[in-house]
Amino acid sequence: MDNSDKYTKVDFTKEMKKEYQILAPDIFPMHMKLLKRVFNLYGYNLTVLHYQGKKVIDTGLQYVHNDMCYPAICSIGQQLYALTCGDFDPHKVALIQFQTGGGCRASNYIKLLRKALKNMGMEYVPVISLSFSGLEKFSGFKLTIPMLYKGIMSIVYGDMLMLLKNQVKPYEKEAGASDRVVDKWVDILKDQFKHNRGLGTRGMKRNLNSIVADFHNIPRDNVKKVKVGIVGEIYVKYSPFGNNNLEDFLASQDCEVMVPGVLGFVQYTFSNRIIDHNLYGGSRAALLAGKFLEKMARKIETLMIDALSGYDDFTAPSSFEEIKLLADKVIDRGVKMGEGWLLPAEMVELIEKGYNNIICAQPFGCLPNHIVGKGVIRTLKELYPYSNVCPIDYDAGATAVNQENRIKLMLSVAREQLADNN
Amino acid sequence: MKKIGLDVGSTTIKCVVLDEKNNILYSTYERHMSKIIEMTHSLLNKISEKFPDEEMSLVISGSAGMGMANDLGITFTQEVYATRTAVNTYLPGTDTVIELGGEDAKILFLSNGLEVRMNGSCAGGTGAFIDQMASLMDISIDELDSLAAKHDKIYTIASRCGVFAKTDIQPLINQGGRIPDIAASILYAVVNQTIGGLAQGREIKGKIVYLGGPLTFISELRKSFDDVLKIKGICPENSLYYVAIGAALSPDNVSYNLKELSERISNYTVTAGYVSCKPLFNSDSEYKEFKERHSHDSDNIHEITAPAKKMYLGIDAGSTTIKAVLCDEEGNYFHSSYQPNSGNPVPHIKEFLENLYREFPDINIVASAVTGYGEDIIKNAFKIDYGIVETIAHYTAARKFRPDVDFIIDIGGQDIKCFKIHNGAIDNIFLNEACSSGCGSFLQTFAGALGYSMEEFTSLSITADKPVDLGSRCTVFMNSSVKQAQKDGTSVNNILAGLSISVVKNALYKVIRCTNPDSLGNNIVVQGGTFLNDAVLRAFEQETGRNVIRPHISGIMGAYGAALYAMKRSKKEGHSSVLTASELAGFTHDVKAIVCNGCNNHCRLTINTFDGNRKFIAGNRCEKPLNLPVKKVHYDLYDYKNELLMKYRANKIEEGRPTIGIPMVLNMYELLPFWHTLFTKLGFNVIVSPVSTRSLFINGQQTIPSDTICFPAKLAHGHIDALINSDCDAIFYPCMSYNVDEKLGDNHYNCPVVAYYPVVINANVKALKDKIFIKDFVGIHRKKDFPAHFKKILDNYGYHFSLKQIKEASSAAYKEYDGHMAALERKADEYMEIARKNNLPVIVLAGRPYHIDPEVNHGINRIICNLGAVVLTEDSISRKEKKFRTGVLNQWTYHSRLYAAAKYVTEQKDINMNLVQLVSFGCGVDAVTSDETRSIIESAGKIYTQIKIDEVNNTGAVKIRLRSLFALFDN
Repeated sequence: MDNSDKYTKVDFTKEMKKEYQILAPDIFPMHMKLLKRVFNLYGYNLTVLHYQGKKVIDTGLQYVHNDMCYPAICSIGQQLYALTCGDFDPHKVALIQFQTGGGCRASNYIKLLRKALKNMGMEYVPVISLSFSGLEKFSGFKLTIPMLYKGIMSIVYGDMLMLLKNQVKPYEKEAGASDRVVDKWVDILKDQFKHNRGLGTRGMKRNLNSIVADFHNIPRDNVKKVKVGIVGEIYVKYSPFGNNNLEDFLASQDCEVMVPGVLGFVQYTFSNRIIDHNLYGGSRAALLAGKFLEKMARKIETLMIDALSGYDDFTAPSSFEEIKLLADKVIDRGVKMGEGWLLPAEMVELIEKGYNNIICAQPFGCLPNHIVGKGVIRTLKELYPYSNVCPIDYDAGATAVNQENRIKLMLSVAREQLADNN
Repeated sequence: MKKIGLDVGSTTIKCVVLDEKNNILYSTYERHMSKIIEMTHSLLNKISEKFPDEEMSLVISGSAGMGMANDLGITFTQEVYATRTAVNTYLPGTDTVIELGGEDAKILFLSNGLEVRMNGSCAGGTGAFIDQMASLMDISIDELDSLAAKHDKIYTIASRCGVFAKTDIQPLINQGGRIPDIAASILYAVVNQTIGGLAQGREIKGKIVYLGGPLTFISELRKSFDDVLKIKGICPENSLYYVAIGAALSPDNVSYNLKELSERISNYTVTAGYVSCKPLFNSDSEYKEFKERHSHDSDNIHEITAPAKKMYLGIDAGSTTIKAVLCDEEGNYFHSSYQPNSGNPVPHIKEFLENLYREFPDINIVASAVTGYGEDIIKNAFKIDYGIVETIAHYTAARKFRPDVDFIIDIGGQDIKCFKIHNGAIDNIFLNEACSSGCGSFLQTFAGALGYSMEEFTSLSITADKPVDLGSRCTVFMNSSVKQAQKDGTSVNNILAGLSISVVKNALYKVIRCTNPDSLGNNIVVQGGTFLNDAVLRAFEQETGRNVIRPHISGIMGAYGAALYAMKRSKKEGHSSVLTASELAGFTHDVKAIVCNGCNNHCRLTINTFDGNRKFIAGNRCEKPLNLPVKKVHYDLYDYKNELLMKYRANKIEEGRPTIGIPMVLNMYELLPFWHTLFTKLGFNVIVSPVSTRSLFINGQQTIPSDTICFPAKLAHGHIDALINSDCDAIFYPCMSYNVDEKLGDNHYNCPVVAYYPVVINANVKALKDKIFIKDFVGIHRKKDFPAHFKKILDNYGYHFSLKQIKEASSAAYKEYDGHMAALERKADEYMEIARKNNLPVIVLAGRPYHIDPEVNHGINRIICNLGAVVLTEDSISRKEKKFRTGVLNQWTYHSRLYAAAKYVTEQKDINMNLVQLVSFGCGVDAVTSDETRSIIESAGKIYTQIKIDEVNNTGAVKIRLRSLFALFDN
């Protein structure tokens, strides 16, 4: 009930860069640990927030419109809670939100955050929008190409660790073995990043090869488990806070989980620039920028896929070029808001790789998901009659019991299929 | 070995014992009143007495049983899966199972690839819904069943979530609709809800089985399903127990010694792992202090036991209760009455007046007024002098207790009303939207379901030590939150206290959107029957951190306010026209339902006849059936816009030309002039889908994949269906990420639904395979690039043109579109001029282009015109503004117009002008736009009004908002 329409952008200055902590919401737990180091390398003091629970949700609900998407409630809630709980000096912190821009209402997070700050009387806190399209400029914060490049590399490390842990952990003979490998590598990488190592092609190749070898050497049982893929809106897909610890729940139900990586999403946003140009026309510069970024990501992607080649015990992710072709089976690639065409493409990828049980995690009332989630299930079912897709809504008012109940049903069918196949 | 299956549902517990050959030896079905552990314990004891010294297997199923099964290490099987196991065992060859439970609706497709559909987290429960409706009408489920059998006709009731259906039924009840018709309509709504929400494009045919409580107990419900599906379903023996049977049959069963197990269960206490709120009262003395403080809330007004010389009568015919009171010239009250509505307010008021006249034959009623949902019928039935909008009634009453009141919150049976008072005028009104009407009747129904009276409810709540946190959303969400709490083994008093707290949070955070209690005001008066519950009152004080005033007549404040209003209006002389004792003796009331054929709307009218000659008609959307002289002129830009579009809807077909079909949906309401011109210039015939109707919607509803998407998008399925059945060769419905760029915002997107709905249509409407469906991506925002891209698209479908031809057609199309938009602007100027000259109020009914569809807006534009205002659209004035800075990212074309229109409204100082925002339920983008529009409107000291619309055709709440808004104009 605020009458002002001015939520002024507060600059993040060079002085602030030296003194301030930048608070980031916990979107991709594994990746953020590494990404934080890349920020440090460029002189930014990034702190990833881990607050969870009712207080955080309540803070979000209090200052963000209740009907706004659940990820906004969670991630903005985390940041506002950080400012009010006493752990930080509000005059010595800035907030950062990751933005892809585009026609989804998620593009509004920055403005919603500023509005909330104003209502809290903290409009002096700078809010940085981190986006690939450079929506706003700050004197003390700039996303340079080298930093972006290294950021993407850290994302690939995160993807790799997540991928292998998911494939090994359910089968490990000695409980905790794969977690230890993850911890070991997070420590190694953090240390390497601190010294600006491990972020070049050579170093990365070496690291990735060693990571795969480490996981390969973990002794495993040869049993068949139900394989479940997770796709969805990017926040509730990855964030345990957003999805009520979905991966843990599936592990407790004796499943193997596959979560397509974050890199795919980055590539998706790059390639949409090219698609836009093809569909509607536009400046050549935009087209070339898109092509440049896509190529850069492709180069890094290759490192990951190469490291996995030769291991028949691991399922490697499809290359982005393959993903595009998979998308064409079910949806037009002009659908580019939110997760857009990538989401159905990932479902096809999962099904074709044997993860035909899929949870499509979506915030309640997510607009793009009406189209690319629930909207395509029918097409999928026609193409792949054995696909077992289960859309789950996440929301401040939704309860774990309903979500788990639905997932259990999907798993009952999955177990039956598994038994039939044996 | 014998097998036990236990099905713990949301409200009932079902148990079966099977022998080795799967014969049922024992079965029971009971309400568990949330006492799951105790019930399970005694059930197992009973079984072990009946079948002593035997090891038996046990498997638990049902949503409320999961927690107990987990904690005790007993095998759990998902209930749908259990149903399937049982059906495959006992009824092999079944194609489809329809199962309704307390809160769940499920369809299982067993043949040709298993598919399971459960109701989404938004669609309300079915059994609980029927219970709720029955209690609303004050009849039992059996009565509902037998009444439904006697129906003449079916009313349209929203087939979405239960709460919506309720808002449809309420006015029917209040307007005196026939009970058998309403009963049958409720069952049909359940059927439509199940089929529309769950089938999602899959046909229901073959061998159908009905399971679950409602379908077992209500034969008319089965019949309704049979009717709608045009099949004959089977309701097998033991249809209540299929989940339990399936659990018993589960292959992963484990055997137990029952005595031991029952022992274990009795020792099982739940470790309270649920999220809780702080207790309402920490000690007895705190409660005493609280009681003492509130006992002085209304010291200035007293009850009198005999009538004074001059008395004033006030009636509040509310949604679930009906209140009446008289007051003297001092405002002291007399002879108050508070009763459940029971479906028809008329007999209650008759009885009230009869009693009054009998006890006090000499009473002198100087004036009378009525407010509430039933205002019209009561006013007509008993010749009440004045009708008054509820908000004004409540304010009038509250001011009597607290002259400096600046915030009033009224939580009634079915609605929440809050308003701020500024400078003695109502300044800001918040009404709950249809979705969150979890108010008084919700608490009552819940208490009833758990087996408690409201008094017990209160006394249990105040002792709660750890009230469960149930969130702050609609009833349906709360139902499942309670389910979760039951699963966690929460004690009943903590659940009840949690319900009270959730009602308060719902009001504060969902309805008022309060971020800070300071913004509410300092002198708060709470009213409405719900606040008579001390738990609710305390929760409100705790949540706001303020002590508030609760008048001891809190439950009848609407009626009391009406009485005071009658006094104010009457000049305190003369006699009220209210029926006298002798007139009342001859009072009769007949009800007849007919369909009005005055226009395309085909309103279902209820004709009430009083005393054999006084008629009152309800259910009409316009004045036509009232036989009043039709009001001469409406200045309504909605009508004008529809008129302009009519000329493109002639559907002329010339032989030998290819025919393009255009669905009249979403953005087509704006772009029809463009596409129609483009295709016509290229030599196509163009036909446009027909005007939206209820039956057009129903024809398409089976293919809607997402039950929570906005209604305008859902309507698209009906329009596509109509085109599939037309003579067109191709259907043209393109995807458009970008809208036209009007330079009003930072970007010019469409919302994801408008942008990509053709993709959803393509994926879910099977019958499209027989037509060419052109759903390609087009960008008309790039005028120069468009023709070449469009040529490519047409080429792909075998329609070949030269680039020159397309360029010419395109430029004609752009010109036509610009002309169309300019015509709107000119008309708006003309209407503004008329308004200025005649001193008429102007309302900008701001929404999206597709809101001009009467099936979407339910004639709200007409209601505003009838209240005497000029109606403009947002797009007819938005171009008068330049881009300006907004507090939100301004990146959607339609929404940029909203902000610009709002700004324009704030700048017109010489005229009585305001904006009313139409918001489609489920529109995610409006979570962003409504706050922004509100802040623009309020920055000029104007009142922001928002109206949420869905497929529900309930204009009652809309009228309250609008009348309150217009009451401000009058001040």
